[in-house]
Amino acid sequence: MLRNIWKFLLLIWMGVVIWGAFTYTPTAKALGETTRILYFHVPCSWVATLSFLIAAISGILYLVKNDLKYDLWAENAAHLGLFFTVLATITGSIWAKVIWHPFWNWDPRETSIFILLLIYAAYFALRSAVEEDEQKARLSAVYVILAFITVPFLVFIVPRIYDSLHPDPVINAQGKIKMNGKMLQVFFASMAGFTVIFFWMLRLKVQTALLERKLQMRKFKKLTENRDV
Amino acid sequence: MAHRKSNFIHKSWAVFRKDIQLEFRTRYVINAILMFALTVLTAVSFSIGPLRLRVEIGAALLWIILFFSAMSGLAHIFVREEEQQTADTLRLFSRPVNIFLGKWFFNLLLLYSLEIIIVPLYFVFLNVPDPVLSIFLPVLFLGSFALASASTLIGAIISQASARGALFAVLTFPIVLPVMFSGIHGTQLSFARASFLDCLSDLQVLLSFSVVILTGSVLLFEFVWRK
Repeated sequence: MLRNIWKFLLLIWMGVVIWGAFTYTPTAKALGETTRILYFHVPCSWVATLSFLIAAISGILYLVKNDLKYDLWAENAAHLGLFFTVLATITGSIWAKVIWHPFWNWDPRETSIFILLLIYAAYFALRSAVEEDEQKARLSAVYVILAFITVPFLVFIVPRIYDSLHPDPVINAQGKIKMNGKMLQVFFASMAGFTVIFFWMLRLKVQTALLERKLQMRKFKKLTENRDV
Repeated sequence: MAHRKSNFIHKSWAVFRKDIQLEFRTRYVINAILMFALTVLTAVSFSIGPLRLRVEIGAALLWIILFFSAMSGLAHIFVREEEQQTADTLRLFSRPVNIFLGKWFFNLLLLYSLEIIIVPLYFVFLNVPDPVLSIFLPVLFLGSFALASASTLIGAIISQASARGALFAVLTFPIVLPVMFSGIHGTQLSFARASFLDCLSDLQVLLSFSVVILTGSVLLFEFVWRK
């Protein structure tokens, strides 16, 4: 019971964040009521990027230690990353429809989230094209690391070539956070909440995958034993 | 020390020479990749007709043609080793880093020789403005360098997977997007008669991307190659 108390605290925490996002915070000048999507959209894209980082680190660990456990971490982090990337894309598109009118117009931010989506999709395409477990782990680890080292280029180049309409110039000019105190409280509370939820989901997924693997091994053992008799 | 260094280059060169000799025995890749590039070029040219292209579109088309031509042939150097089952022998005879460098150099040369034919034809078939050569040539040179460097390691990855042809483009595209962005931007500048200084940042991006991806590939290749 006590071990699980943080889960109830998290429930309350996220409840407060949702309440705060809709009632407690003021809206930004140019954006009006649409400001409120900020507290859900930005944490989604943050978590999507974080899971890419975790997949790359797990890839490196797999190549160094040669333990399939790390491949499970990489695969499941990529699963969740794909999920949150889709969420960030959808919430962003809804917001874009309201403010910019088209759902999609290749704004640099849209481009970079779309590239992340492409990388995750390519990663899973590669995994499904390799049969053997060790080889799958090795090749996909190499790919995710290679994709990860090109990210800085995308982050710095794409916005340099195309002008962005993304509202961080409105809320966040010159990289300084210019939200007022109430907005900042809810924003960071939401970021923290999403991060904790993400790690919880990741741990659950990895544990489930480990159990599934154990079960398969047991089935396999049984089969081979029966054949001996 | 000097002896070891020359030995290192010599071994990579040996891998490269082996591949060149094999290639000239059949001329399979160079024919396939060239015909593919010509097909793409004529398909684009036919569908556009005699229209005079805006520089943005002309530059984008050039890089799309180059990207798909590269995707049609650059993986073959590793796929051939798997298909003819010569990969294991090569593993015995040479160190991974020599193999990678030899094959990377082959791909680089293949892409450059393709461009010597395709790029002039591009200007003949498509109605685009004359480029400033002092911008166009460096952008093309460095862009192809980056393209060949990135696709060599991915070629090695997909040679061990199934559904190779489609997978190669799928895996390479997100990784070479910075190259495409800078290549297209630099080419636009050369069509728009900009000065060399304007495209300097594009060249810097292409060069630094090539260095980063080549270093990463040399480090990672061993894990792809060993079994």
